[in-house]
Amino acid sequence: MAKITALTMPKFGLAMTEGMVAAWHKQPGESVRQGEEIADIETSKITSAYESPAAGVLRRQVLAPGEMVPVGALIGVIAEPEATEAEIDAFIADFLAKFEAERTEAETEAAANPERVETPAGLVQYLAAGPADAPAIVFIHGFGGDLNNWMFLQPLLAERFRTVALDLPGHGGSTKALKQPEPPALARFVLAAMDALGIGAAHLVGHSMGGAVAIAIGQEASDRTLSLSLISPAGLGSEINADFIRGFIEAKRARQLNAVLQSLFADPALVGREMVENVLRFKRLDGVEAALRTLADAHFPGGRQAYLLREALARFPGPVQVIWGAQDRIIPPAHAEGLAEAVRVHRFENAGHMAHMERAAEVARLIAELAGGR
Amino acid sequence: MEPSRALQLNREELLRAYRQMRTIREFEERVHTEFSSGAIPGFVHLYAGEEAVAVGVCMHLTERDCIASTHRGHGHCIAKGCDVKGMMAEIFGRADGLCGGKGGSMHIADVAKGMLGANGIVGGGAPLACGAALAAKTLKTGGVAVAFGGDGASNQGTTAESMNLATVWKLPVIFVLEDNGYAESTASSWSIGGDAVKRAEGFGMPGVRVDGHDFFAVYEAMHDPIARARAGEGPSFLHVKVNRYYGHFEGDAQTYRAPGEVQRLRAEMDCIERFRKRVTEAKVLEEKDLAAIDREVLELIEESVRAAKAAAYPPPPALLSDVYVSYP
Amino acid sequence: MSKKSFRQAVNEALRQEMERDPTVVLMGEDVGGGMGAPGEDDAWGGPLGVTKGLMSQFGRERVLDTPITESAFIGAAAGAALRGLRPVAELMFVDFMGVCFDQIFNQAAKFRYMFGGTAKTPLVIRTMYGAGFRAASQHSQCLYPIFTHVPGLKVVIPSSPYEAKGLLIQAIRDDDPVIFFEHKVMYDDEEDVPDEPYTIPFGEARFVREGEDVTIVAIGRMVQMAGKAADALAKEGISCTVLDPRTTSPLDLQSILESVEETGRLVIVDEANPRCNIATDISAQVVEQAFDALKAPIRMVCPPHTPVPFSPALEDAFIPSPEKIAAAVRSVMASPTRQAAA
Repeated sequence: MAKITALTMPKFGLAMTEGMVAAWHKQPGESVRQGEEIADIETSKITSAYESPAAGVLRRQVLAPGEMVPVGALIGVIAEPEATEAEIDAFIADFLAKFEAERTEAETEAAANPERVETPAGLVQYLAAGPADAPAIVFIHGFGGDLNNWMFLQPLLAERFRTVALDLPGHGGSTKALKQPEPPALARFVLAAMDALGIGAAHLVGHSMGGAVAIAIGQEASDRTLSLSLISPAGLGSEINADFIRGFIEAKRARQLNAVLQSLFADPALVGREMVENVLRFKRLDGVEAALRTLADAHFPGGRQAYLLREALARFPGPVQVIWGAQDRIIPPAHAEGLAEAVRVHRFENAGHMAHMERAAEVARLIAELAGGR
Repeated sequence: MEPSRALQLNREELLRAYRQMRTIREFEERVHTEFSSGAIPGFVHLYAGEEAVAVGVCMHLTERDCIASTHRGHGHCIAKGCDVKGMMAEIFGRADGLCGGKGGSMHIADVAKGMLGANGIVGGGAPLACGAALAAKTLKTGGVAVAFGGDGASNQGTTAESMNLATVWKLPVIFVLEDNGYAESTASSWSIGGDAVKRAEGFGMPGVRVDGHDFFAVYEAMHDPIARARAGEGPSFLHVKVNRYYGHFEGDAQTYRAPGEVQRLRAEMDCIERFRKRVTEAKVLEEKDLAAIDREVLELIEESVRAAKAAAYPPPPALLSDVYVSYP
Repeated sequence: MSKKSFRQAVNEALRQEMERDPTVVLMGEDVGGGMGAPGEDDAWGGPLGVTKGLMSQFGRERVLDTPITESAFIGAAAGAALRGLRPVAELMFVDFMGVCFDQIFNQAAKFRYMFGGTAKTPLVIRTMYGAGFRAASQHSQCLYPIFTHVPGLKVVIPSSPYEAKGLLIQAIRDDDPVIFFEHKVMYDDEEDVPDEPYTIPFGEARFVREGEDVTIVAIGRMVQMAGKAADALAKEGISCTVLDPRTTSPLDLQSILESVEETGRLVIVDEANPRCNIATDISAQVVEQAFDALKAPIRMVCPPHTPVPFSPALEDAFIPSPEKIAAAVRSVMASPTRQAAA
């Protein structure tokens, strides 16, 4: 019998449970190479390319664009040219029958769900994955982000590390009360979370404003900071895209916010409807707008960065790397220049402000190397 | 009924009562004249003759208490302490009216002072008064609400429902039925089936009949209802018999009334004259005190009319403003 | 965040606002239930259990059962709103508006304007609407057009559990009288709803999906119907924008016009009877303001000009269905394209 391969809804990140096809790039009858991008998959967090798991001819687009289905659901069929229509039909029927039966099983072991813990600094939401006895990596997102920003990166590192991605105050599912916005106060929030989770020391991965927080933790508690991986961090210069900050806070309509979010990425196609809707829903939560304004007023007053941490970074005794997308429109990549020699600097072409989403595999490798002491 | 407590009102309070009744009377008489000359737009419904009721009731009230009024609301409004000049300007439709010229005579209001508005819908006030009473009870302000309603309103479903709700919820509200004998052109003796006080008792609250031409009787009759309400014991009812001198609305020829009826009432039953006679005979006030008030009141009304006529109409943007607090 | 039903979302909105603000009180028939009766207190929580648990938590001073006396308690809610409370009154079925409409449209709606901006009426009236329950003519209507018509009222019609919680919290915090419509068939619908309180602004339509060929505006439960029609049409190669206005007063006409500028075709799905409903209102405004953008006549998908029938077969024929919506879309797609304006 000719080889028939199911194309199924992929799983991006640990928490994804459903997604939709945003667009097909191949039509039935066209031939497909293994690894070729044949569709865009849209989730509530990101839109990303789907690469064909097999070579062959695309025979069916089972899922039309716009319909949400669970992870693992059938979206299309690729087969060798010899496969008959009857064989394809039978394959599909068989798949659907099995899928329903297996789904309830799958759901129970399925998505890792974020958890919450009360700390003296407030409620912390976090997503943990990886062996409890492995070295810890703590991921700290940036302004307006949340633990889902690490959705591609975290699973890659969770095999060898105890990974914890958390939500900062005012973000995600953590406390929305934000009394003190300065990096040392946010650092103490992260340290309180680490205490609550029994993490003595960790490799810190910080993005944007989260990078400044990571530097502050390195300053406040260098003995608990095993290494610093900073992705497009704040704190290394005074320039910041003030329009982005202001636009993020003020945008109330999907179209306004869409334009703002697109400036985060080198490829604007990564921003889909669902992602925009998700960010809008976050912004509607009680306390979020106030928290974002407090942070923006403190960190980026008058459109300039207020907290300059190059010296603090220079004094950090452990390993440091700085990762930047060359097309970053939020914080200029030039801020990575002139750092101490010991600091590893990596630039990615074709990446913007979100290298941890745009170049997840490569960033994961860099983090693992730094953490492994190589 | 021996109005002993009422006469224990001190001099200042008696002067205030007289001033308020006089103000209402002169206000209404002047509105009548102005309306006849064509200066006042729309409908007005005049309270002249009923002053003792509004003042006798509202003397018990402060700003934490509310009243809901009827279409015949000028008297209630003045008795509740609303600004007379603002009222006149409102009736003339001017921008500096109590409601910015947006409401007019039938919707004259000052919610901050507890005057929840004259109402263009017969029976519209009773549920609102229940609501104000509920708010006072829930927020523990100690306030009470008075629902004024005419004999016409007493047959409206809203009145019956409000009286039942007030009993069931034990609300601090007093229902005052101002029975001036006519609902528009229809006699209350015909339109009220049964007995209004018995209706109230049927709803589970105490009710009394009161002579509305006697300020002291009205004042006295409100004493227990107010005390009950403030003590959290629930609603009460007054059936006040009174007379209006003018028609249902200005322009009503009142052909449904007996010939000479109004003249006789003015001559024999006038509540302000009765008050005057009572206080001067008891020597608690002197004629000269009252005459001074008469003069001041006339000046106030004259000034109010002059100012109202000179004032500007609301500017065009006022047409669109204040439909909502915010929109969207 | 967790899966919650429409019913739970409404309950949570009420509970969280009552926790936050002591001036928020509920009133209505059987909103607690069992009042004065020998059995359980809080016996019902409304006829479909939406307010269950609230009387137990907040007591009878904040959750007030009423006799069957709409003109009195809706009027009382209006009066209480003038004087410092933020009442959420329940008009059990919108079909009952006849016995209390004066209190809503002549009193509450007009206080602010008549009193020259010196008063505000922060009142919410929650009410059930809609057909599909076999509840027949007097318990199944969609009367939101009548309220939309009245200046001074705001009209909110959530299309899902997430929408319901955010819009109801917004309604309670709003200082104007808001009529909040809950479709009785949707109470068991489930969706991810944040545990925390949040608001959704009025006068902002939601783009449920975006496409290039046609704009479908749908109201309340009809948003789901439009979604199903759009799924079917996608398989035929027709891509639809589905727009949920969320509030008919204020109406986000701007989003509708923007979408019509892009697609040139408009189909409006409204479960309210066809004469003078929201579909006619939106149609007239779009024709007035975006005539040149239209490539085809506007199609309205509505029930017939009849009361709601009882028999299931007839009621199902009454309600606009995905098939009827898809047919309307196909017809505007097939319409000969108008010549563009010179």
